[in-house]
Amino acid sequence: MSEMYSVVMNQIVKRFGPVIANDHVDFRAKTGEIHALLGENGVGKSTMMCMLSGVYRPTSGEIVLHGKPVHIRSPKDAMKLGIGMVFQNFRLVPNMTAAENIVLGEASSFWRGPNWIKRKQEEVEALARHFGLGFPVNRPIWQLSVGEQQRVEIVKTLYRGADLIILDEPTSVLTPVEAEQLFETLYQMKAEGKTVILTTHKLKEVMASSDRISVMRKGKLTHTLDKADTNERELARLMVGKEMAVAKSLESHSPGKPLLIVEKLDVYADHGRKALNQLELRVNEGEIVGVAGVAGNGQSELAEVLTGLRAWRKGSIRFNGGELHNGSVRGAIEAGIAHVPENRMKSGLAGSLGAVDNLLFKTYRTKERSRFGFLRTSANRAWTQSLIEQFDVKTPSVDAPVRQLSGGNQQKLLFAREIHQDPLLMVAVHPTQGLDVGASEGVHQLLARMRGEGKGVLLISEDLDEVMQLSDRILVIYNGQMVGELARGEASREQIGMYMAGLRESGEEQAV
Amino acid sequence: MSEPLTATKLSNSSEETAGSRRFSFRIELDPSRKDSPWWITILSVLLALVLCGIFIGANGMNPVTVYMKMITGAFGTSFGLTETLVKSIPLLLCGIGVAIAYRISVWNIGAEGQFLAGAMAATAVTVYFPGLPGYLTIPLMVLCGIIGGGIWGLLTAIPRTYFQVNELITSLMLNYVAIHALNYFVFGPWKDPKGMNFPGSPMFTEAQSLPLVGDTRLHYGLIFAIAGVLLYAFLIRYTRWGYELRLIGANPEAARNAGIRISRHILLVMLISGGMAGLAGMSEVSGVTHRLMYGISPGYGYTAIIVAWLAKLNPLALIVSSFLFGGLIVGGYSVQTIGLPSSISSMMQGAILFCLIAGGMAYKFRIRRNG
Repeated sequence: MSEMYSVVMNQIVKRFGPVIANDHVDFRAKTGEIHALLGENGVGKSTMMCMLSGVYRPTSGEIVLHGKPVHIRSPKDAMKLGIGMVFQNFRLVPNMTAAENIVLGEASSFWRGPNWIKRKQEEVEALARHFGLGFPVNRPIWQLSVGEQQRVEIVKTLYRGADLIILDEPTSVLTPVEAEQLFETLYQMKAEGKTVILTTHKLKEVMASSDRISVMRKGKLTHTLDKADTNERELARLMVGKEMAVAKSLESHSPGKPLLIVEKLDVYADHGRKALNQLELRVNEGEIVGVAGVAGNGQSELAEVLTGLRAWRKGSIRFNGGELHNGSVRGAIEAGIAHVPENRMKSGLAGSLGAVDNLLFKTYRTKERSRFGFLRTSANRAWTQSLIEQFDVKTPSVDAPVRQLSGGNQQKLLFAREIHQDPLLMVAVHPTQGLDVGASEGVHQLLARMRGEGKGVLLISEDLDEVMQLSDRILVIYNGQMVGELARGEASREQIGMYMAGLRESGEEQAV
Repeated sequence: MSEPLTATKLSNSSEETAGSRRFSFRIELDPSRKDSPWWITILSVLLALVLCGIFIGANGMNPVTVYMKMITGAFGTSFGLTETLVKSIPLLLCGIGVAIAYRISVWNIGAEGQFLAGAMAATAVTVYFPGLPGYLTIPLMVLCGIIGGGIWGLLTAIPRTYFQVNELITSLMLNYVAIHALNYFVFGPWKDPKGMNFPGSPMFTEAQSLPLVGDTRLHYGLIFAIAGVLLYAFLIRYTRWGYELRLIGANPEAARNAGIRISRHILLVMLISGGMAGLAGMSEVSGVTHRLMYGISPGYGYTAIIVAWLAKLNPLALIVSSFLFGGLIVGGYSVQTIGLPSSISSMMQGAILFCLIAGGMAYKFRIRRNG
């Protein structure tokens, strides 16, 4: 039986500090199949594949390749074993040509002769053509389109003799036509007996391309199915899970008057891509509005616009009866919008500074914190001390670099900074990401308390349990638009999952 | 499977591999290590001394004697000590300038040019307003020195802010522009008519010179330098503006989230950075050479980069490091008497910077046993 499988991963556990990315995962892929690893962002798909390609090592568990247990210690080891991975962010040297990138790292004699690279170019071109992967081999990478760069990456793995090819979110950078072409290539590889594993969160692609599907949820692999035995609807349900998060739902109360009204908002991302498209959103006082959705559908841009980090092109944002300043961080702070950014160490805190400086971020211009341009140093220290006690932040001292604190304490510090000023609206993006259960619970309590005090909360999260547990209303964002709105209680995971995957309701919902 | 079971399994497997696999190590990046501790700095400097010692040894000298000679030459006599202080004044002023820019990751390596621009601007006062009394001319020279250097700094900051031009390149290139501008003035319009063709401006009058301490060569520029460093320390630690700079330095992304406009800060910081170097240039012409002349700076602006780096941008450490580097320059002169070129001190400066950067880099890595 085991000969059938080219890869068997048994009881794989991967921990990053206190966070468990993979929790006793059993994964197996058959020889000569296209196997899709399906799951939302951050469920541990890429981590699993990185262990297979030698980027990470499993904390425990074993990997069996063609019936033999192996230790993959580095990408080089993986290469020797015939495993090649195409990462989401390409590993290419921009100013070298496609062919040079492909042969890079190849062991050969020091003197290669004048025709060496020409021969290699022909070799690469032949290989590429064989798999239907066209790209100009002698042009530098930076001149190639993203789709072409991906083809270079694929040919690189093939050139190195991989018979197990892993593609991490391959279609996220491709146009639909390019995606079609990619699938053709994958069929060709399959026909040659190569095993292909691709990770994705797009249901349509899974159904279009793969033979078998493994579904991951919260670091665990929950199901492995044959494509023939399933459909998009079932996959959507499996992806978001079935159990209801009713455990500690908040008591419902009637919300207050409208606080934030966003109308017909158009926002463009850094490279001119339209990130928000005629987006409509309303948050009332005393209400938690959850925004669910697969990453990259405009969540980051929505948070940035509301906090003044990004300007909008068209539409209007009315806040607390007035117009919000377009693209002004100070304007947003002064209007009373608090922000818990999605990556606290990247953009929320300054790791090398102490608690005092980190708490001062948004208030250092106020009279209480500084006078005539001078910081009120001793008053600020006392104030920090009191906030640290109030929010129960565990830190060795108010001067200790916050980098040294645990994730939960960092988040508490961030919340302390954002909440103590009595904001009217809290924009919290993935507020419990990377936190353990206890710390997450603390964050949830803080958000619930704000709601109780009549503040508005916009909770943007990929954790559906969190969104369902806390939100009075759940909005689902897809392609820069709110495609679904569900009230507390009437929301089912299945329905949300459908909206998240961009599937409109077809006919009446069936009983769950 | 439960938690403890996993743990045992893990430890078992690692024992096995340790026994069966050959002894091997790997070097990996440890993301928790950011700022290297003080002992890395000391170690780096010692390593630089050892490296230079090899060169000295290859020249047929005993490195220990040479180093002793340098130390006694720079710090051992009252003459040496005052010379060291004189050299450390421009180093400290330029060092403050570059340190303040480095705080917000603006890599100003143009202190040399800003120094010369300040020297030229101060000299312009003496050339075009020769008859002013001392209480007017010195403040005017200080002001012009700061403005001259500041403008030179802005020439780097403006393209960086508005057109994303790399400041390393512009600030470095402007150094050469400043050197050639200075040469133009001292060989051309400002040349001293009574100077027997010497490339320099006319000697400054008493009113145009900074007062000296006693009958040494030590001038009151020292007060500018100390005042500058104290002001720098105070501003960084106790003002809103200093807080903004610290925040930008620690995490520019977070600073943006706090509503700080980084581009505006770059302009102001480069103005100050250049202004400090310009003040150094002013105090050098007015306090030491008493004229603008060809080759006025032995590379103070470049040495200041190392001074700032050695001090890790810390204001009070800047005093110490500029004093040490002043001593290094003077010590370099004193070893000439035993037959070594004075460029030995340039070599040591380079070696120290090299080892400092390498030490900071090496600290970020850890060696782990494979398995």
